Amino acid sequence: MTAVDETTGTKEFGRSRLRKEDARLITGRTRWTDNIVLPGMLHLAMVRSPVAHGTVSSIDTSAARSSPGVVGVWTGPELAGSEVGLPCAWPITPDMKAPTHPAVAQGTVRFAGEIVAVIAARSAAAARDAADQVVVDYDDLPVVLDMEAALADGSPLVHPDLGTNENATWIFDSAGAGTGTDVEGVIESARSDADSIVVERRYRQQRLVPAFMEPRSTVVDPTGEQFSVWSATQVPHFVKIFMALVSGVSESKIRVIAPDVGGGFGGKLQFTPEELITFLVARLLGKPVKYTETRTESIQAAHHGRDQIQKLTLTAKRDGTVTGLKVELLADMGAYLGLVTPGVPILGAFMFNSIYKFPAYKFVCTNVFTNKTWTDAYRGAGRPEATFAIERLMDTLAHELGMDPLAVREKNWIRNDEFPFTTVAGMTYDSGNYEAATSRAVELFDYEGLRREQAERRARRDPVQLGIGISTFTEMCGLAPSRVLGALSYVGGGWEAAAIRMLPTGKVEVLTGASGHGQGHETAFSQIVADQLGVPFEDVEVLHGDTQVTPRGLDTYGSRSLVVGGIAITKAAEKVLEKAKPIAAHLLEASVDDLEFADGKFTVKGTDKSKALAEIAFAVFDAHNMPDGVEPSIDADATFDPDNFSFPHGTHLCAMDVDTETGETTIRKYVCVDDIGTVVNPLIVEGQVHGGLAQGIAQAMFEDARHDESGTLTTATFVDYTLPTAADLPHFDTDRTVSPATSNSLGVKGVGEAGTIASTPAVVNAVVDALRPWGIDDVEMPMTSQRVWKSVQGREFDPSVGARDSRDGDHEAAPGNGAPLWGAGESGGAQ
Amino acid sequence: MGTRRISVTVDGVAYSDDVEPRTLLVHYLRERLGKTGTVVGCDTSNCGACTVHLDGRSVKSCAVLAVQVDGGEVTTIEGLASGGELHPVQKAFHEHHALQCGFCTPGMIMQACDLLKDNPNPSEQQIREGIEGNLCRCTGYQNIVRAIEAAARAGAEAPAGAGGGAA
Repeated sequence: MTAVDETTGTKEFGRSRLRKEDARLITGRTRWTDNIVLPGMLHLAMVRSPVAHGTVSSIDTSAARSSPGVVGVWTGPELAGSEVGLPCAWPITPDMKAPTHPAVAQGTVRFAGEIVAVIAARSAAAARDAADQVVVDYDDLPVVLDMEAALADGSPLVHPDLGTNENATWIFDSAGAGTGTDVEGVIESARSDADSIVVERRYRQQRLVPAFMEPRSTVVDPTGEQFSVWSATQVPHFVKIFMALVSGVSESKIRVIAPDVGGGFGGKLQFTPEELITFLVARLLGKPVKYTETRTESIQAAHHGRDQIQKLTLTAKRDGTVTGLKVELLADMGAYLGLVTPGVPILGAFMFNSIYKFPAYKFVCTNVFTNKTWTDAYRGAGRPEATFAIERLMDTLAHELGMDPLAVREKNWIRNDEFPFTTVAGMTYDSGNYEAATSRAVELFDYEGLRREQAERRARRDPVQLGIGISTFTEMCGLAPSRVLGALSYVGGGWEAAAIRMLPTGKVEVLTGASGHGQGHETAFSQIVADQLGVPFEDVEVLHGDTQVTPRGLDTYGSRSLVVGGIAITKAAEKVLEKAKPIAAHLLEASVDDLEFADGKFTVKGTDKSKALAEIAFAVFDAHNMPDGVEPSIDADATFDPDNFSFPHGTHLCAMDVDTETGETTIRKYVCVDDIGTVVNPLIVEGQVHGGLAQGIAQAMFEDARHDESGTLTTATFVDYTLPTAADLPHFDTDRTVSPATSNSLGVKGVGEAGTIASTPAVVNAVVDALRPWGIDDVEMPMTSQRVWKSVQGREFDPSVGARDSRDGDHEAAPGNGAPLWGAGESGGAQ
Repeated sequence: MGTRRISVTVDGVAYSDDVEPRTLLVHYLRERLGKTGTVVGCDTSNCGACTVHLDGRSVKSCAVLAVQVDGGEVTTIEGLASGGELHPVQKAFHEHHALQCGFCTPGMIMQACDLLKDNPNPSEQQIREGIEGNLCRCTGYQNIVRAIEAAARAGAEAPAGAGGGAA
């Protein structure tokens, strides 16, 4: 792909415009929150608990208080307002158990990293020096880290006042919902039906750290009429509302600004203890206060993602037709609930069935408290877990039946002529073309050629085996129709707001409630508006991330910025033109019915008489000659609430070399063909896909938030929490097919999370595929060299295992061809 | 706490300051000089976001004490462009969409300059290994690699001076 920066042509939509936002970022002219310095500003440091569960028997803060430059030291009970619980906005069931979540521990700590005291000092270094001098004694309480142990009788309780470690159990049953039949009955009959197969597996979704590159930082300035809060957040509007609700300060007295924000990936979709503490201290002292976390603090105490145990039962006919899917999940909440913690696994409930036509489906999720950092949204949030499970299962089913894994998918997926299609989970997919995306991916990948090579290397028992992994994913994003969120008991809506201000000089300010942090909003939104209003791309300025500039907004997450926020902008632009038209007619002494708008100007049909939008913008500014009764403004606001989610899809293929003598895995080829509907800016889309792939591959191969038995996070630095480097990742071959969304006027679908959701199972499937001759059916993530190497130790190589029918061949099951894998997920899989 | 006087040239300007011996170069740059283009991404010298040039070579400024640069010459991302012209590596990062959130970008660009100085015509694998000490969470590195390849083609290394090279 070559970056295009043509200066000719007026059409912006679909053009690889280079990003407007780059100019500052490549020259260091940036405003990260930690860069902000205000007169008299004080700095905070946190004292955090090293124990995962305990009561604070004593805290001696005397040395810290007399440390040079220290202005204040507060324990939990001493910092008024820190005891008020932080909010959870998603009570998934009426009887959900929600613990109080204090910003500073009020005598008991429940995960290692929880804040027990706060220092304010004249410099960050002085604050940290003082924090080191706080002496805290803890009486250890029993720690529970494992979800199954936490649910067992007699388990230590994370919150004794709740009487249980179970947060909630949430169920979707297609029989009850009327979207399918009873899966329990289907499974029962399949077990005794010689023509059916029951595939039961247990998969582990390890715990991950979002690991945005910019550590979180908050500055609060209480010296104006309003509190000004700068924060490294994805959700300034959420922070404003929750800061008001929790602190008791009027919402109208709080302004929240997300300046340059260095990545989020869901990890900054939060209202944090640190934000509240900074606010409380600033309010108390009447001085500007800053808190910036260290990387270790970020990994320990910013919310984590994933962490599920998945028990799955899939039934199918022996010709490969799926008949039922039952999903039983345990989801680790950690010690507390964040903004959407309990709802994250529920976002997966509608996606386990994916692109396949299951007639029966049931989803049961039990959320569990443990003595770990709380979990919450991380890129994909619930949907990567679902996609992983179903795509691992489809490969497994194919293997069990001796079918090609692409063939078994094709047999079951929704055909292009079946859209719109209402799934067994009750979602209506508006558009898609799984055939086209798969066909293109197969071609780019040289699927048949690689299968031949695989067979050849298997036959000669090459120590470096080739595995081919497939993921034909879809996901639901563009969060979200407000009424659906309401039906799911989420307390907020899913609309997005926009405004357009036409400046007297003809320049355009676009205000969006979607607050970007690397996605390229300024560029993509400028392209949309430039086309719609017929103004130059350069004349459009996109403003966001400041609640005083964009009072209404629901921020950025869930691949929603374009499909919700972008559509709101188009609605506002439509209104600008509607308002401008009668003024243009008046100025042109013509009837509105005789006007047409094109290329940025209103023209009287059949004449050369016209008024440019810029002229009308000036005419309403001087307002000397307005039609009677028309207000002198063509500015407009709009709010868009989508009718449906967005359903991007795609086919991802991974070829993996697996050295069975060392366990080393090397991605040899990665091809993905994504269908995200129409595309505003291909350059930006491709970047989103690349980054998404990196994070999904990282889950499969590299990343793992691990705890020791006492609950200490042993991966709390970038030495131990191993983000992939450039040398760890391959070149990605990406392409697209286009099935325009029918749920919005631009035909666009979300792309922010797609790569992450799709790639993890493709990579794991590839490694497992390589190891099939050893009877391997699963390798737990991350698939380290050690795990891969261990998995084949003491096992016999059988080159006939893993041989399959060709993609176009007879799909009848070949009994005896598949390995006797029942239970291999436990005994045969590398753990 | 005692201090020590250092004299250092940063982005072409001579400074003389009293610093605590424990002060890291990155903190000196950010907090004393206001060179906030250089950022802190970790506390273990893994992420490379703070990479600057010291006497013409890339260093992670979180792994260098300010007192160690006494008498030295430092170039940060803010001093890389010259005469209103972007450095070819900066330009290539823009033209190849090699950044998203942009937090790792200053360090990544400074490291890329150093890499090209050592090896003006690196292979893709050499580029990937050459920026292994710099983490990016947004891009999957593909466009960063492309940008560095493009900068190499444009001869980014050619006029590199002691300060890291202004085109």
